[in-house]
Amino acid sequence: MSGSRWDRFAETFLNTKVMHKYLPDILSGMVVTIELALLIVATGLVAGLALALLRSLGFRPLNWLIVFVVDLFRSLPPLVVIVLIYFGLPAVNVSPSGFASTWLSLALVLMAFSEEIFWAGITSVAKGQWEAARSTGLSFGQTLMSVVLPQALRLTIPPLTNRTIAITKGTALGTVVAVTEILGQASSAMSNSYNPSPLMMGAAAYLVLFFPVVVAARYVETRFAWKR
Amino acid sequence: MDRPIVDARGLHKHFGALHVLKGVDLRVAERELVFVIGPSGSGKSTLLRCLNRLEEPSAGSVVVDGIDMLDPRTDINHARQRIGMVFQSFNLYPHMTALGNVTLALRKVAGRSRADADALGHAALERVGLADRAGHTPGQLSGGQQQRVAIARAIALEPRVMLFDEPTSALDPELVGSVLGVMRSLRESGMTMIVVSHEMGFARNAADRVAFMDEGAIVEEGPPAAIFERPAHERTRAFIGQIQRH
Repeated sequence: MSGSRWDRFAETFLNTKVMHKYLPDILSGMVVTIELALLIVATGLVAGLALALLRSLGFRPLNWLIVFVVDLFRSLPPLVVIVLIYFGLPAVNVSPSGFASTWLSLALVLMAFSEEIFWAGITSVAKGQWEAARSTGLSFGQTLMSVVLPQALRLTIPPLTNRTIAITKGTALGTVVAVTEILGQASSAMSNSYNPSPLMMGAAAYLVLFFPVVVAARYVETRFAWKR
Repeated sequence: MDRPIVDARGLHKHFGALHVLKGVDLRVAERELVFVIGPSGSGKSTLLRCLNRLEEPSAGSVVVDGIDMLDPRTDINHARQRIGMVFQSFNLYPHMTALGNVTLALRKVAGRSRADADALGHAALERVGLADRAGHTPGQLSGGQQQRVAIARAIALEPRVMLFDEPTSALDPELVGSVLGVMRSLRESGMTMIVVSHEMGFARNAADRVAFMDEGAIVEEGPPAAIFERPAHERTRAFIGQIQRH
C-alpha cells in the first residue's frame, strides 16, 4: 500500500517525464534570476552606500530628503513597489519591462535598507577616530574613506549580507509582472503540464543558487570580524 | 617672549549655554614644555583642542608658527601637520598596522611615496622604541605601546608643536613610565610641548612652566617649583593639596 502512495506522490511532485521536458525552461529561468540578482545587488548596494556617504556630509535639507526616501522604501512591501512601477509608470508614458520594473524596485528597496545599515556603521565608528585623523591633517573625505569607512564596512557585513540575501530572493516577485525568472518559468510549466513537479525543480534551483551564497556570507562574516 | 610659537589670545568657547573657556591667553615659546593642570571640567582639553581647531573657538585668536589658525583662508589640513596631537584614548586606527597608522598622513597629507613614508614611519617607530612592532595591529599591542605608536604617528609629520591631552590617564600604572620616557626624550630633542596631565612628578622634573586652570580661566602660571611649593591662589593650593594627598 505504502508503495503505491509513494508512487502517487512521485508521479505528482517528482514526475521525471515532466521534469525532463521543462528542465531547459527552469535553467533559462535561473539565468534570468542570476542576471536580475546581480543587477539588484550591484546597483542597490552602490546607491545605498552613496546615500550614506552623502548623508555623512551633514547637509540638513539633503539629509531630510534621504531619510524620507529611505523610510518610504523601507515601509512599502517590495511587491507593491514592483506593481506601482510596472502599472503606474505607463501613465506618465514610461513603460518599463517587467524585468526593469523588478530590478528598479528591488534595487530601491535594497538601497533604502543598505543606506540605513551603512549609516549605522559610519556613525558607530568612534569620534576619536575622526579626531585623530583630522589632527594629522587628513581632510574630511580622506578620513571618511581611509579611516572611517573601512571600519564601518566591517561592522556592516553581517546585517548587510542578511538583508541583501532577503531582498535578492524577492526576484521571485517578478513573476507577477511576467518576468521569466525561476518561479515564472516553474508556474507556467506547471500550468502547461498540469503537474506541480516544475515547482519542485524551481525550489531546487533557488537552493542551488542561494545556498552557496548563504554559506559564503557566513564565511565572510567570520573572516572579517576582528577584535579591537 | 618675543616670538611665541603658540600664541592664543582671549579664547572663549561656549557649548550651548555652557561657557567652557572664559578668555584664555596662552603663549608658548619654542622648545618650551608647558604643563596645564586643573580639576576636570576646567577647560584644559578644550583649550588644547582649540589650538588645532578640533574645537572652533567662539572668540579669540590662535596663531601657531605664524599661521592664523582661525583665518578662513588658512588651509587647516596643511596647518595641522605642524601640530601633533596625542589623545587620552590613543585613537589608533584598529584596521591598520602600527606602521600603517604612522604612514597614513605621510602619504595622504604630506604626499610622500609609499617607500618614503615607510622609511619615515619606521624611523618614527624607532624613536618611540617600537621598531619591532611595525607589523602589529593596535589590538596586539599593550596600552602603553599603543600610546607610543600614537606619538610616533604625530611626530612622523615633524610637527613644530606637540599637544598631549592626558596621554597617560587611560594607562595601567606600570605602563605609564614607558610613555613618559618617550615624552622626556622628545623634550630633550627640543620639541615644543603643551601637556594636559595629572602626572605631577613629570611636571616637576620636565616642565618649564605650569599653568593652573579652573572654571575656564588660567588662574596662575609659573615655574613648577613656584606653582607646586608656593601657589599664590587659594584654588591652586587646594587643587595641588588634593592631588598630592593621593
